[in-house]
Amino acid sequence: MKQRYLPVAILIAVLAVGLALPLATNASAPGFYIEVLLGGLMAGVLYSLVALGFVLIFKASGVFNFAQGAMVLFAALSVARIAEQVPLWAAVLLGIAIMVLLAVVVERLVLRPLVNQEGVVLLMATLGVSYFLDGFGQTVWGSDIYSIELGLSKAPVMILGDLFKGGILINKDDVAAAVVAVLLVAALAVFFQKTATGRALRAVADDHQAAQSIGIPLNRIWVIVWSVAGVVAVVAGMVWGAKLGVQFSISQVALKALPVVILGGFTSIPGAIIGGLIIGVGEKMAEVFLGPVLVRAFDLAGGGIENWFAYVLALLFLLVRPEGLFGERIIDRV
Amino acid sequence: MLYRENGQFKTSYRQDEALLPILQDRVFIWALLALAFLAVPFLASNYLFLSILNPFLIMALAAVGLNLLVGYCGQISIGHAAFMAVGAYAAYNLMLRVPNLSFLVALVLAGLIAAAVGMLFGIPSLRIKGLYLAVATLAAQFFIDWTFARVKWFTNYAPSGSVSTPVLDIFGWRLDTPARKYVFLLAVVTVFTVLARNLVRGHIGRAWMAIRDMDVAAEVIGIRPVYAKLTAFAVSSFYVGIAGALWGFVYLGSWEPLAFNITLSLNLLFMIIIGGMGSITGSFFGALFIVALPIVLDQVPATLGVPLSTAMASHLASMIFGALIVFFLIVEPHGLARLWAIGKEKLRLWPFPH
Repeated sequence: MKQRYLPVAILIAVLAVGLALPLATNASAPGFYIEVLLGGLMAGVLYSLVALGFVLIFKASGVFNFAQGAMVLFAALSVARIAEQVPLWAAVLLGIAIMVLLAVVVERLVLRPLVNQEGVVLLMATLGVSYFLDGFGQTVWGSDIYSIELGLSKAPVMILGDLFKGGILINKDDVAAAVVAVLLVAALAVFFQKTATGRALRAVADDHQAAQSIGIPLNRIWVIVWSVAGVVAVVAGMVWGAKLGVQFSISQVALKALPVVILGGFTSIPGAIIGGLIIGVGEKMAEVFLGPVLVRAFDLAGGGIENWFAYVLALLFLLVRPEGLFGERIIDRV
Repeated sequence: MLYRENGQFKTSYRQDEALLPILQDRVFIWALLALAFLAVPFLASNYLFLSILNPFLIMALAAVGLNLLVGYCGQISIGHAAFMAVGAYAAYNLMLRVPNLSFLVALVLAGLIAAAVGMLFGIPSLRIKGLYLAVATLAAQFFIDWTFARVKWFTNYAPSGSVSTPVLDIFGWRLDTPARKYVFLLAVVTVFTVLARNLVRGHIGRAWMAIRDMDVAAEVIGIRPVYAKLTAFAVSSFYVGIAGALWGFVYLGSWEPLAFNITLSLNLLFMIIIGGMGSITGSFFGALFIVALPIVLDQVPATLGVPLSTAMASHLASMIFGALIVFFLIVEPHGLARLWAIGKEKLRLWPFPH
């Protein structure tokens, strides 16, 4: 047991030192450090929300859903454009309805014909779905940058101004996003633990065949789980769209959900959240504090290490603990 | 009636081991090669060379390389465009820094450098597989992209980060027209395709396939997974690195940072999925499909007289692309190569199917 946890402990210790070092060197002005930390946590919430949809689908159907990013973009586009005509709450409901419809269509046209194929074929199929959704969303809803107004003021609020000089600036919509994420996770937890459908979903996640043999309809479960992932995509899309505007890059940035699920474990919902926060904080810290050091040391043409930091972190993590922080242990020795 | 092996007996080991045991196949391939080498350079237009034939040949080579890894050894990679980038930048720096270096030598050296980098990023495959490996190779993609965009030495301190290559000279033969480039590419691709065909039916290819089909069983019968997986990564990256150098030098001529991005990686993956995993022929079909499809989709609305904005056309193309991929996976998960094989099978019995 000890051997299993040692490398993880070392990795976490290294990360913790990496986190603490910038604070130690700029101890005079902790305000900036905390702002970077909060910015990282915010980005982490966004990654977590995307990763959450990912984990849900992987748990229930074993499909590595590459299209989750495209689903977030599609949901955000739908909500943003519909909200131009009707009140926001109605737009959100319509957005959810669209995502449920999408789940039904995907199950019918993609998953059902491909049942029993290998994982890589299903992965490719979701890649196809993601291309389709990217094109479809922008054909139907347009490809400009749209905004989602949550009705909160954009002006940052200063807190802790009297504790140290400069205080900390935070945005109201960031706080709202964090609250929404917490509520969503709580709702999902209740859904999975307390409802009959949730139990069925957990049964399917545990063992497909056993679940089917006691009369759980797999096809319907897939529709439900893709719908839930669609709802998560709506929430993620709104939070993201409110912060950065609804545009094509959402679909690309959502690739970062992959290292998040590696870090957290493919089958763990808390893992998706914590993994997202670690990745978010890690890459912001790396960009702000490690980036300039690297640029000076190697004479680089600019920073931008947040483009790869998450992936390399996931790669290192894979080497010491392939199942992720909270994933089920895969016992499969070759 | 025409295509059947009746009466063709193998009377020696040499015949038994022939690359193409059936006479009709041999005739077909030789005729195809003759057509490609002797007729096409004089008949095709510059447009055809530049937008279809040349990119098709290079992409086919890259797809063969990726197929060796994914189709034959079963190790998935979503980062192979990064190894193309390694090949391209390696060739660029070799040509720049080593005086009087022949491009052919630089090409092989670039392939070897790409192979070394590929092996480095293949090391995680010894511990993880499947989807986990996919993320590990994504790390290669983004890290290598970033390295070439930021480390100034690789681009020879070009302020914009883009590099441009001189006109190539192969033993005094200047590659300055599209037709000449085509002939050069065709020769390179032919050589490496024959090599790949032989590689996959030799002991190393069989070791890869054993690992792909069941790694535990392969290890039990005495195949070392470390050796098999790392050679697959090395050979695959070698091919892809050469394709990258050709893409940079012969097709693009000059390229910007991020020319070898994740989209290219995914396209390579689509090529082998649509063409057929574990099939050299399939790599060619897939490459042709992926190279030609956007052009066809671009032309169709114009010929039908439907005016479309460029943005709309690209969105529609992306939709059709995605739908076609799903469609292909559903009707034929083994790709175009399988359809080709079925066609040949049918042809053997035609026109008397009983």
